Amino acid sequence: MSGQTSQIAAEGKAPEAEKGPARQSLLSRLAQNRLSLVGAFLVAVSIFMAISAPFLPLADPNAVNTSDRLADIGAPGHLLGADELGRDILSRLFWGARITLAVALAATAIAMTVGTIMGLVSGYFLGWADTVISRVVDVLMAFPYFLLALSVIAILGPGLLNGMLAVALVNVPFFARIVRGTTLSLRESDFVLAARGMGAGHTRILFRHILMNSVSTLIVATTLNIGWMITAAAALSFLGLGVQPPTSDWGTMLASGRQYLSAAPHTSLLPGLAIFFTVLGFNLLGDGLRDALDPRMREV
Amino acid sequence: MRKYLFRRLAQTIPVLFGISILVFAMLHLAPGDPADMLLGSEATAESVEKLRHDMGLDRPLAVQYVSWAGRMLQGDMGRSTVLNRQVLPEIIKRFKATLILTAGALTFAVVFGVGIGILAATYQHSVFDSVAMLIALAGVSMPIFFTGIAAILIFAMDLRWLPSSGMYPAAGGDIFDLLRHLVLPAVTLGAVSAAILARMTRSAMLEVIRQDYVRTARAKGVGERRVIWVHALRNASITVVTVLGMQFGYLLGGSVITETVFSWPGVGQMMVRAIQARDYPMVQGAVLLVATSFVFVNLAVDMLYAWLDPRIRYS
Amino acid sequence: MTVHSPKAKAADMDDKTDAPLLQVRNLRTEFDTHAGVLHAVDDVSFSVDPGQVLGVVGESGSGKSVTALSIMGLIARPGRVAAGSIELAGHGDLTTKTAAEMRKIRGDVISMIFQEPMTSLNPVFRIGWQIAEALQLHRDMGRKEAMEQATDLLARVGIASPEKRVREFPHQLSGGMRQRAMIAMAMACAPQLLLADEPTTALDVTVQAQILDLMVQMQHAEGAAVILITHDMGVIAEMAQKVAVMYAGVVVEEASVGEIFDTPLHPYTQGLLASIPRGNSRGQELQAIPGLVPNLLHLPTGCRFRERCPAAHGPCAKAEPPLKAMPHGHKVRCWLHNTEVPE
Repeated sequence: MSGQTSQIAAEGKAPEAEKGPARQSLLSRLAQNRLSLVGAFLVAVSIFMAISAPFLPLADPNAVNTSDRLADIGAPGHLLGADELGRDILSRLFWGARITLAVALAATAIAMTVGTIMGLVSGYFLGWADTVISRVVDVLMAFPYFLLALSVIAILGPGLLNGMLAVALVNVPFFARIVRGTTLSLRESDFVLAARGMGAGHTRILFRHILMNSVSTLIVATTLNIGWMITAAAALSFLGLGVQPPTSDWGTMLASGRQYLSAAPHTSLLPGLAIFFTVLGFNLLGDGLRDALDPRMREV
Repeated sequence: MRKYLFRRLAQTIPVLFGISILVFAMLHLAPGDPADMLLGSEATAESVEKLRHDMGLDRPLAVQYVSWAGRMLQGDMGRSTVLNRQVLPEIIKRFKATLILTAGALTFAVVFGVGIGILAATYQHSVFDSVAMLIALAGVSMPIFFTGIAAILIFAMDLRWLPSSGMYPAAGGDIFDLLRHLVLPAVTLGAVSAAILARMTRSAMLEVIRQDYVRTARAKGVGERRVIWVHALRNASITVVTVLGMQFGYLLGGSVITETVFSWPGVGQMMVRAIQARDYPMVQGAVLLVATSFVFVNLAVDMLYAWLDPRIRYS
Repeated sequence: MTVHSPKAKAADMDDKTDAPLLQVRNLRTEFDTHAGVLHAVDDVSFSVDPGQVLGVVGESGSGKSVTALSIMGLIARPGRVAAGSIELAGHGDLTTKTAAEMRKIRGDVISMIFQEPMTSLNPVFRIGWQIAEALQLHRDMGRKEAMEQATDLLARVGIASPEKRVREFPHQLSGGMRQRAMIAMAMACAPQLLLADEPTTALDVTVQAQILDLMVQMQHAEGAAVILITHDMGVIAEMAQKVAVMYAGVVVEEASVGEIFDTPLHPYTQGLLASIPRGNSRGQELQAIPGLVPNLLHLPTGCRFRERCPAAHGPCAKAEPPLKAMPHGHKVRCWLHNTEVPE
């Protein structure tokens, strides 16, 4: 350590400060980065909104009340105002969080599972499986992301479930590529060779050894990706191609509020801010996790 | 360079083939029979059968693909089922508008993103650096539809500086009218890319500035401004161009949303309507054209990349 | 070399016997770190005469490179030259120069070649462009003339078909050729002082000898003084006239090259000499000095070398020995050779 410090100094660069204990806990490393704490807070708030919606004394999000049409922020009975049908915006934000987050998380889970399996198979078995999977990934990546999602909607038709599938499919190549990369580097590592020497089967090696050692990379990649998933799902809803009425997420709230932009800007700005802060939260948390867990991911 | 160009060109062939398969399959992957969808629910069984035969739907898929691909290559993309017009001229007209929008967004993203990134790296840890990077950090998370609506509220409705929709005034207009209409959509679409470019440029510059060859340049007596703008920037631009290539895909995709927000008469806005109306020839044509052009943009980016980095050019 | 600078260079050459070309006095270079101020160079003094080769030797971390970068004025934040003076004949104290003044001196009067030829050339510019740049900066020379000059320089550093190489990029050249190009770049403006920081360390053994030969040859032709930084006593024996041995930021011994090899006084120098592999001692185990260079933020009390020194005794823990002048121009920083031992 000491020799290293002075060597860096000898190159005319600032020597690194004394490091604390070599292995700090993940939490304390994350906590050192104030921005990732902000991110964690924002994520926690949006998750709280999604979970607590049924338990809080909120107004019925679908109760139409024409007398409260486009009520302003702070209007009696409507803390954050009401939309064009007089529905309570605060309540709709809480209930909308459920849909928005559920779609994004489900899409992430699907993309991660499918992409991971493709990446594992491709990077571990190589040969024709790798050729086929890599070609498919190449073609999917040749599409501008959002265009691919639109193409899926064009095939399956608009809807909540189809929107989720579309967003998931777009991100499959992202996970497949990352996992293929880590698998390629891990398959020749000593512990995999040792496991193989001890007679472990392919399935065991893949899931027990390679997958377990890719977990931190996957966590970082996922967190960095959820923000995009939320944006994309909300964008589909905004275009009227995702969630369909009467169900509504933040994207559809924004789209319907847009028609009353001059009279009641809060009806579209509030759901917009909700999306922005949630996406910002995931991005900040992802940045922090990456720096703490897997600095190599900077290049991705 | 020529060898590299040919190798890279050859790589686009399987990708273009894959895209065409996917676009061709759209009609067949959709639930229900294509002929049913094209004719609507009121069609008689006979007319559906006739159309199936006319469309070649009773032939093997491979044969259908070959004849479809042949027609596409000749520019025959069929007729829009909603507009009942030839697809290609319609798409080309609208694609021009999309290209103008995307080019505007790209220009904004490059000028502001790269410029701010360089300045932030040059004055690392300064107030400018901190503020710019904080804005960029937030900017990366701004969804287009939210930025767009906020921009309309502030700059079109409140301040009344710029128009909020369309490409030209209703009565028609000149290039300056176009530019005035372009500002808000282009900035909205390019904002995220500008933020990403600013962050990437900054980190690429900081990385390059630490390199031995920058020290060599200083040891030669090269001035600080020249060190940054010639020696460092030329190397950092290799990273920046890579990011730029990825951003182009984001811009083409994001143009769909931007066009909807700003009623910009581009191919994306049309595509959304076509999807809602299940106008398959139109959707297929649009996806094929946008995806193909993206492949060639990527090709151009790779050429630029090779031109910037002699280690690729001469290998 | 026909290019001669219009500067005070010629005037200095006349009185080369009296005045040193470079006089470093009490140089102290510090780095701010999170854990405190680190003294990478701690009160270092030495001088170089015109045309002389001074070898600076020591392990990595001894402050050799920081000393060289301090002379070049290339210490950047969070580092700084905190104290001392660097007198260059005809130019005054370099530590008081503005950035613009130093820029005129760098690459013209003083130039430097670095350890890593693989990374010290800019990968995206042609070799000729990079050499010509130095000429265009310091000589009133057009692009075309500078490029011709660069081709000549490549020929002079022994690169075959220089007309072709001048248009190539660094990655197309071998390590040895790149270092030759670096030397051409450094010699482009016929500097009075060349700083060479481990110029052969990164090269193959056979190429090392060629590069050293080239440096000797260029140095003779130009009459430039050289500060040669190395950890290799063999290189010192071959090139240097005077030697300064550095350890943990200070000079521990200074003498002519003959003195150093015949009668090394400091235990550290003796250790360095013992670690040279010799032809006649084959089979005998190579002696390395045990331990590591101490952390500069946590130096031991007393003598810096104490913890690794085979001859450490009572006074060594009490105070740092001064650099004491001995007969034959020899200087040493060791209590073994100093009778004014502290209480």
